[in-house]
Amino acid sequence: MNSQDTKPRSFQEIILRLQAYWSGRGCAVMQPYDMEVGAGTFHPATTLRSLGSRPWAAAYVQPSRRPTDGRYGENPNRLQHYYQYQVLIKPSPPNLQALYLGSLEAIGIDMALHDIRFVEDDWESPTLGAWGLGWEVWCDGMEVSQFTYFQQVGGHDCHPVSGELTYGLERLAMYVLGIDHVMDMPYNDPEAPHPLSYGDVFRQTEQEFSRWNFDVADTQVLLRHFEEAEAECAAILARPDHDPKTGQRIVMAHPAYDQCIKASHIFNLLDARGVISVTERQAYIGRVRALARMCADAFVRTDAGGHVA
Amino acid sequence: MADLLIELFSEEIPARMQARAAQDLRARMTDGLVEAGLTYSGAVAHHTPRRLVLSVQGLLDQSPTLREERKGPRVDAPEKAVEGFLRGAGVERSQLQERDDKKGRVYFAVIEHPGRPAADIVAETLENVVRNFPWPKSMRWGSGSLKWVRPLHSILCILTADSGEAQVVPLDIDGITAGSTTYGHRFMAPDRFDVSSYDDYAAKLRRERVMLDAGERADHIWQEAQNIAFSQGLEVVEDKGLLAEVAGLVEWPVTLMGKIDEEFLDLPAEVLQTSMKEHQKFFSVRNVRNGDSAGRIVRFVTVANIETPDHGKTILAGNQKVLSARLADAKFFWENDLRIVREKGLEGMAQGLADVTFHRKLGSQADRVARIEALAREIAPHVGAKPDLAAEAARVAKADLQSEMVGEFPELQGVMGRYYADAAGHDDGVPEACEDHYKPLGPGDAVPSAPVSVAVALADKIDTLTGFWAIDEKPTGSKDPYALRRAALGVIRLVLGNELRLGLTELLTSASRQLHMQWSASAVVAVWYERVAPNKLEPRERSAGWDASLDAKYDAVVYKATTESGTPDLDGTDWAENLNNFFDRYVGPFPHAITVSRAVPDLLAFLHDRLKVHLRDEGIRHDVIDACLAMEGNDDLTLLVKRAEALSDFLKTDDGENLLQGFKRANNILAQAEEKDGVEYSFGADAKFAEVEEERALFAALKEADKAIKPAMEAEDFAAAMAAMAALRPAADAFFEAVQVNAENPVVRRNRLNLLGRIRGICLQVADLTSVEG
Repeated sequence: MNSQDTKPRSFQEIILRLQAYWSGRGCAVMQPYDMEVGAGTFHPATTLRSLGSRPWAAAYVQPSRRPTDGRYGENPNRLQHYYQYQVLIKPSPPNLQALYLGSLEAIGIDMALHDIRFVEDDWESPTLGAWGLGWEVWCDGMEVSQFTYFQQVGGHDCHPVSGELTYGLERLAMYVLGIDHVMDMPYNDPEAPHPLSYGDVFRQTEQEFSRWNFDVADTQVLLRHFEEAEAECAAILARPDHDPKTGQRIVMAHPAYDQCIKASHIFNLLDARGVISVTERQAYIGRVRALARMCADAFVRTDAGGHVA
Repeated sequence: MADLLIELFSEEIPARMQARAAQDLRARMTDGLVEAGLTYSGAVAHHTPRRLVLSVQGLLDQSPTLREERKGPRVDAPEKAVEGFLRGAGVERSQLQERDDKKGRVYFAVIEHPGRPAADIVAETLENVVRNFPWPKSMRWGSGSLKWVRPLHSILCILTADSGEAQVVPLDIDGITAGSTTYGHRFMAPDRFDVSSYDDYAAKLRRERVMLDAGERADHIWQEAQNIAFSQGLEVVEDKGLLAEVAGLVEWPVTLMGKIDEEFLDLPAEVLQTSMKEHQKFFSVRNVRNGDSAGRIVRFVTVANIETPDHGKTILAGNQKVLSARLADAKFFWENDLRIVREKGLEGMAQGLADVTFHRKLGSQADRVARIEALAREIAPHVGAKPDLAAEAARVAKADLQSEMVGEFPELQGVMGRYYADAAGHDDGVPEACEDHYKPLGPGDAVPSAPVSVAVALADKIDTLTGFWAIDEKPTGSKDPYALRRAALGVIRLVLGNELRLGLTELLTSASRQLHMQWSASAVVAVWYERVAPNKLEPRERSAGWDASLDAKYDAVVYKATTESGTPDLDGTDWAENLNNFFDRYVGPFPHAITVSRAVPDLLAFLHDRLKVHLRDEGIRHDVIDACLAMEGNDDLTLLVKRAEALSDFLKTDDGENLLQGFKRANNILAQAEEKDGVEYSFGADAKFAEVEEERALFAALKEADKAIKPAMEAEDFAAAMAAMAALRPAADAFFEAVQVNAENPVVRRNRLNLLGRIRGICLQVADLTSVEG
């Protein structure tokens, strides 16, 4: 492992240092969720696990997709696919701010030289029926993280409260590494036998997905998928808790939530295709929120959600 | 006596909430202390991003002992009554006293409430204040249920005696135990330290790199910023709101000045300033003004919260980099927008407005622009603008809402419109109108005076008012989500500021008609889509599979609907026939006339209400305004105000008193007679029935007065007209002295009453004097 005293040299080294740091602070280091999501918050390790009374501590990288942000790999900061680093600890520890600042030190930001600020930024996710209070964290005038105390998720009050940290990895890494265009950022060690830049890894996919997102994705198919995911989510949750095959009580919160994630991402794609009007937009968001609520209701009836038989 | 020091130490409090919170802490604590009997000599509150602080001086050491006497039942009252009294008063029978009273001998309970130590009262009050603090938004954290704006970490609460000895107030709120310690600056002095008094606290905080007083932080920032700028021959652009906000983001302000990359210096000053302020909370620094030319913005000042070994070099480099990225975005928007307006004109840019909803019931922004255009054209001749120019300006004034720059910085609406209108080659006051048609925005904002700007500004506001009135979304109480009071005051100030002579009723009716015609049209179009061309529903997809014959029919429907003032009944089963008939039909009565006839007077009354508020602020009495509102032509606000001002001024003079008293005397007698006789005496007074000299003199005086009043009224010289009316007073007084109005002879009586009727009629030409008090 690299020492904290040396500056990281690549994108992946920053990720590895964050993994090591939060692992060392007792978090379960998880892997990305295997579905398309708009932000790390959608990972069930955050959305569902922030509900109920059981303690939780997880950290993970989550690839995130924002179809409308695609710029064919040309914009220095904007990408339709990027990485978030997400930490969720429940209950939020009293020293969460200090822990967070420690993570910045771990990736080479010297607190004595930089100006770190906590600037009011309340978080709200209309699609998840969730909100919290917190800040965006500034380092020398640049937003490097979101810091949120969850108050409500899926329409449920959070008891206890989870503390959530979200790092926009590309932007943070560009700052730490002193890079102006994301595609120029070293992905692996610049002195490796095959040094790869972020552009080597992602420029082509940014182009391909930008084209597909904006002009090609079949809106009729997407609309149908949305309806199907919505119907499937409700159908899963309509099943009785009792599983006749095993004879056990199995509430299918996670499979239902997968459908909610799916519907949410399809909505984002439809939005990027420009086929959702301003008024329809609110209605779609409301439909996804209804799914998120149903899943949250189901999760709190599970063991992990604190349900006691 | 003791001094109390409280510090509530938390994670970062939003800057915008700090000052209010400090005030609330002071008010709620001191109110609570006084209510519990603890008086004090002074209290000061402070706030930083992480602390709310209260210092109370000269607090009583304990609350005074209170003695309460309660009268009970007579000594011979039933046992039950006595027992009830004892329970209620909370005393033993042995503590009762017997005293003589009017009713005989009765029991008295004397209850002593001993004073309580200040510490107990402070603890109780502070806990209550913390648990019920009025944060605009508060939150829970961890496993607790306590609410605060952000997690509350520690409470410092001490009472310092005159001897200097400090005592920690015993208090525990959900596991946070009050103590005598706190922490310094988050990064420069994070260690805990102990304090014994407010002075000790303030001094140690400064040593630990925290400037407690927000005013001092702001002054320090402003002073430093000016000094740095001045040393390079530059000046800081003043921004008090930003200064207060920035002072709330730091505990130890360190002011740094940085450069703006050369490539961005040609961006409009407003863009540089807004981008730097909104995104980065930077102050703008410009070249010193040279003669008329305002200095260009060339630098920025940022305020850090830390002193660093490299004197802010790293911080400044980072900030400069972030700014460059932001300005690169802004420059991209600016250049893109310019390219679009140069290629397609502002009309091209405005095209997308059809897809932007203004209000669900009031259509798109494009619909709104069409209404404003028609109205601006109509207003133009009244304000000295060319109708075509006013219409052109209205057509493009909202185009910048579709620009990328305004998408990013909504507060630059109008400002960008002006730049883009210039770039698109508009001239003759059109670019100015793009910027100024939003004005006046508030009571202090300047009123536009250029004719084209005035026409569009008026049209914009009248359309807004009419629209929300038509859908019954009027302001109620404190709720005014569409800022309609501001729009109404805007109309008033535009009219008065430019001394415009406009009949508002006509304009409000025109605006209503525009709206109703659009409604008719969209009803037809909706039915057309739904019933005639169900597969071609999406307007945005009209290009796909839309054939020319459908297009022609569609256009015919829209054309007819928008140009005609009739609409078919499209709800019933006969819709197709009705639609057919509609094509054949020509002008019919306007179908929404009832709504309009209700909405327009109601809206005019609202404008009058706002005018009253406006005039009251200018010192014109309520009854004077009412007297003028009762007159014909009250939808001409300039005339109305001219009348009100003349009357108001005149009533302050001796002649004013003469006019009013003369009128009242005549009016009182008339009113009594008219009530008794059931007729109105207003016509037919003839000098030939006059019996006495004074009567004849009054006839002559009236004739004389008429000669002066008539031309004065025609010239709207209300002061001269009223002076002539006032001059009637001596003749009228002499008349009342000499003559019994209610004479025996009915002919004489009627003639005299009619004579008074003439006086009343003359006086009422200027205002409804019956409404004037005095």
